[in-house]
Amino acid sequence: MSEIMLEIDDVSKIYAGKRGMFGRSHMVEALKHVSLSVRRGESFGLVGESGSGKTTLTRSILQLERPTSGRVLFEGMDLGQLSTAEMRWLRARIQIVFQDPYASLNPRMSVHDIVTEPMLIHRETLGLNRRQRTERAVELLSLVGLGAQHLYRHPHEFSGGQRQRICIARALAPGPDLLVLDEPTSALDVSVQAQVLNLLCELQDKLGLTYFFISHDLGVVRYLCDRLALIYRGEIVEQGDCASVFDAPETEYARALIGAMPEVKVPPAA
Amino acid sequence: MTAPLLSIRDLHLSMSSYDGKAHVLNGIDLTVNRGEIWGLVGESGCGKSLTGLSISQLLPSPPADYMAGEIMLEGRDMLKLPRPELQKLRGNRIGMIFQDPTTNLNPAFRIGDQLVDVALAAARWKPGILDCPPGAGRSERKRAARKLARDMLERVGIPDAGMRLDSYPHQFSGGMRQRVLIAMALIGRPDLLIADEPTTALDVSVQAQILKLLKGCVADYDMGVILITHNLGVVAETCSHVAVMYAGNIVESGPVAAVIERPEHPYTRALMASIPTRDTRRGMLRGLAGSVPNLITPPPGCRFAPRCPHATAACMTGVPAPVRVGRDHAAACIHAKEPETAHV
Ligand SMILES: Nc1ncnc2c1ncn2[C@@H]1O[C@H](COP(=O)(O)OP(=O)(O)O)[C@@H](O)[C@H]1O
Ligand SMILES: Nc1ncnc2c1ncn2[C@@H]1O[C@H](COP(=O)(O)OP(=O)(O)O)[C@@H](O)[C@H]1O
Ligand SMILES: [Mg+2]
Ligand SMILES: [Mg+2]
Repeated sequence: MSEIMLEIDDVSKIYAGKRGMFGRSHMVEALKHVSLSVRRGESFGLVGESGSGKTTLTRSILQLERPTSGRVLFEGMDLGQLSTAEMRWLRARIQIVFQDPYASLNPRMSVHDIVTEPMLIHRETLGLNRRQRTERAVELLSLVGLGAQHLYRHPHEFSGGQRQRICIARALAPGPDLLVLDEPTSALDVSVQAQVLNLLCELQDKLGLTYFFISHDLGVVRYLCDRLALIYRGEIVEQGDCASVFDAPETEYARALIGAMPEVKVPPAA
Repeated sequence: MTAPLLSIRDLHLSMSSYDGKAHVLNGIDLTVNRGEIWGLVGESGCGKSLTGLSISQLLPSPPADYMAGEIMLEGRDMLKLPRPELQKLRGNRIGMIFQDPTTNLNPAFRIGDQLVDVALAAARWKPGILDCPPGAGRSERKRAARKLARDMLERVGIPDAGMRLDSYPHQFSGGMRQRVLIAMALIGRPDLLIADEPTTALDVSVQAQILKLLKGCVADYDMGVILITHNLGVVAETCSHVAVMYAGNIVESGPVAAVIERPEHPYTRALMASIPTRDTRRGMLRGLAGSVPNLITPPPGCRFAPRCPHATAACMTGVPAPVRVGRDHAAACIHAKEPETAHV
């Protein structure tokens, strides 16, 4: 049940030689001995301010970045040791949804091409022919609350929330087990954010997905996630079950963040 | 009784575009007094920015066409002022902060010089801000303006402010540039500050610091503020009053505590219900289906009716007038009821 799917084991990342404000070059320690584990079927939240290392960690999980030290394990396999073929197989199982649904969709591609592209990339793993790919695209669209009528439209014809649904459909296309969600609702209105969060809950229940959910909004993480980690300047300062971290934060940093959360609650209808 | 700082009455604005003429402000009423911080909230596309830009008269016509209404700044109608007068007001009485700091700082000039220029220009009408004896010479005024610039940078939380005066905008991070812009908007001590999503791109802790700074300035300088945001949490923490906008109308307005404790417009309730609280059970976030309508052919009657769970046939006939639902608290919904007097 609480089988570990993804394990970040003592990962550090140092970027060398970025030019600083006064022309000096200095090292950036983007991740410092980060360890955490994500269990199968859970939602794990990662919360931190910009520059705290969230994207660097995501890039390390996706193997777009090689950690300076430490290991990333997926179902016990060390991702740093995989062959190219194993890596391709793995890429189908871990998918990502980015923050900005405007920047992450190619404006010249139709929704059909956007959603079927990953099926083409992973056709050896998936083995779908052309017709099956289109059928699956329609299925995926209906799964995310869009329809077949949207298949041949282009991104500019959609609102921000609909575009994020398209991004989610694309991420689901190769049948992943783990979805990395990098601030997927930060660019959306609260009303639309609510719809997308509900969609994420629904998809997780239906498909048994595991989420690694990155956000700077603690309220959203509390709503969606089972466990969370707080990252500050490349270091995990606190992690645990959402319920216990929110009720009894152990570090000063967590207490300050949680203390600063505004609560807006709708009173019962008159 | 003195005139309020800002009083907008029945403002109608249309914007022409390739697709047609959109009726984007549909009878806005808003009064802002000194010492008040008004939050202007609503989904994107509801007319918040256009309201702010109308007050400062920054929209070119065409495409902007003010079909009716008035925008009174201490008794003078911004819609009727001649251009030179308007420019004077804009520079000295109205301060503005926009969301994207990259578009509003000149990359070719040092931060300090840009702040000093703004301070010197403002001091022509408000000599008091420089803290110089009357008749001070140019170099003395300049020195005072530079000191003021440093103080302002310090106030907005820029470390080593004295040294940073000589930096160029590209040497600052996004958050720092936004603070510089806030310093720039405040350095001339405006009477009215319009801040359009000033902290949306910033981290929670920087955001909290900047909002605190804004509150401090309102108290110190006795300004009025319009804070445009889509974040009700920010409104709850920072504002004294709130106006909720939907599709070109203010649908609910009043003191923050009253509106948040007793939202009377279904749109306000829906916005609030979209935010997860500690008691929201997983998958039970209510949200709000659909989206803001196209304003070229807006729905007849109440523009929210097509998305409203309580809409009846009567809602489709005519834009609902604001109904008083509490002290200084109004909701533009035909189903809203004036409370019994004992209640208010
Ligand atoms: N390619 C890179 N080269 C040098 N420094 C980088 C690079 N990518 C990120 N950094 C630095 O690493 C730190 C963490 O960045 P990032 O992981 O993007 O944070 P987050 O996603 O939490 O905002 C920052 O200080 C950032 O400037
Ligand atoms: N220059 C313009 N020309 C035509 N329509 C515009 C223009 N600027 C804004 N609009 C329209 O006016 C409406 C309100 O816009 P805006 O005030 O920017 O909304 P908000 O700030 O609440 O997100 C939107 O429907 C938008 O498309
Ligand atoms: Mg990032
Ligand atoms: Mg806007």
